[in-house]
Amino acid sequence: MIDYLVGPFSEFAFMQRALVGVIAIALGGGPIGVFLMLRRMSLTGDAMAHAILPGAAVGYLFAGLSLSAMTIGGLAAGVIVAVAAGLVSRFTALKEDASLAAFYLLSLALGVTIVSLRGSNVDLLHVLFGTVLALDDNTLLLLASISTITVMALAILYRPLVLECVDPVFLRSVSRAGTPTHLTFLGLVVLNLVGGFHALGTLLAVGMMMLPAAASRFWAADITAMMIVSILIGMLSGLGGLLLSFHLELPAGPAIILTAGIVYVLSLLAGREGGLLWLLWPGRHLEA
Amino acid sequence: MSGTVAASAIGFDEVTLGYGRHPAVHHLNGEIATGSLTAIVGPNGAGKSTLLKGIVGALRPLDGHIRLTLPARASVAYLPQAAEIDRTFPLSVYDLVAMGLWSRSGALGGIGKGARSRIEEALSAVGLTGFERRPIGTLSGGQMQRTLFARLLLQDSPIILLDEPFTAIDAKTTADLLDLVRRWHAEARTVVAVLHDIDTVKRVFPQTLLIAREPVAWGATAEVLSAANLLRARQMVEAYDPHAAACDRSAA
Repeated sequence: MIDYLVGPFSEFAFMQRALVGVIAIALGGGPIGVFLMLRRMSLTGDAMAHAILPGAAVGYLFAGLSLSAMTIGGLAAGVIVAVAAGLVSRFTALKEDASLAAFYLLSLALGVTIVSLRGSNVDLLHVLFGTVLALDDNTLLLLASISTITVMALAILYRPLVLECVDPVFLRSVSRAGTPTHLTFLGLVVLNLVGGFHALGTLLAVGMMMLPAAASRFWAADITAMMIVSILIGMLSGLGGLLLSFHLELPAGPAIILTAGIVYVLSLLAGREGGLLWLLWPGRHLEA
Repeated sequence: MSGTVAASAIGFDEVTLGYGRHPAVHHLNGEIATGSLTAIVGPNGAGKSTLLKGIVGALRPLDGHIRLTLPARASVAYLPQAAEIDRTFPLSVYDLVAMGLWSRSGALGGIGKGARSRIEEALSAVGLTGFERRPIGTLSGGQMQRTLFARLLLQDSPIILLDEPFTAIDAKTTADLLDLVRRWHAEARTVVAVLHDIDTVKRVFPQTLLIAREPVAWGATAEVLSAANLLRARQMVEAYDPHAAACDRSAA
């Protein structure tokens, strides 16, 4: 049993690297996902994940599967789409979710077209679904830096970020931190998506944010606890997914997201805070 | 309260506030004295909430100036009508109240022992001792309003604006919260409240501004709330006119 759990990591360096990578992604992605969910921006995260694709694809077009080119391209595209969607919703009658949907469909089509211009289907799969089992030193450094920046930035932004979700009118009456906070937060979202993109690809990167966050809502009634639970769930899903992929020879990225999905469904059923089973059998009511 | 004591806390110079170019408050002139307790009364659509938004700076005047006399680093404490609070957010009563310390602790400052005891005092002043760890989603309407008043207490602001603070609140809670309003008045803070209940206004508020898009009467409550004035206020709320011409009243 122990050999089943530890063996793959003690024997194979690529499994160790993959584990370090997913742990780094879980550290940054979990709290970001919790805030996306509480700000009702879950689908925004999804849309922005797709938006990264054409940028990364342009990087690929110029430099092949180069870490820096695809990172810079992805960051630029993510920021452009986030800002463009924000501007469209502010100055036209279109709501932000509709404009994001328009932008991400456009991005996805554009991105796939650009990758196909030069590369093979293998490269396309690489961009869409990532290469968590082939993380090199530089990619690991990038992932670790992104999660470090994310955790530190969230620590600094924590109060205005929470307040902007709970009571934006109050925040506006005591401080001008609202808009810069929102923009920095969007920047962090893009940063984490670009990090997740290298390991899990554009389509699944957002999975390591939203699934642990959504699952954590069923275990904690307090935002601090939710962030910790979401990180733990993310790490557990990474570990479980890698083991699953190793022993059953499944593709690693989807296996990780599937594991997170299983944790989510279990939480949905059994979670102490509003899980379905607790709703079905609530127990006798209390005295007070 | 310390700092400079000016005669007027809030001054209005030919203030017109509105949405688009349509005025909701039209040509308001006057002063709200420092330490005064003023009720703003008027029919629905009279521009009462708009006026508070203008004072707090959430809405820029279409014309004219609003002057605030505030000590450095202090800000206006504002309780909006049916505060736009996301009640599903997983936050405790304690943490929501603690945000009243923002002007002192900001985004990063610590909340030390002294601050914690102030938070507890505020909670006990609104009768919510023991509710510290309750998620805000589980509070009743009255408890939520008590929580928001505790936050106002902690803001420790010289100017406090309340927009219909007692709407849909039971008599006991209203009485408790009115005690806090009296306490603020006794501490020489400037309190301005939008109210609908004329009896409460007559009992508690010495000053009243009766407004119906334009000021109808402003001064001692007993004189302002005469039957004649109230009738005039009711008649003065005009319908929205999409083709209204530009106002050419002189701004002097």
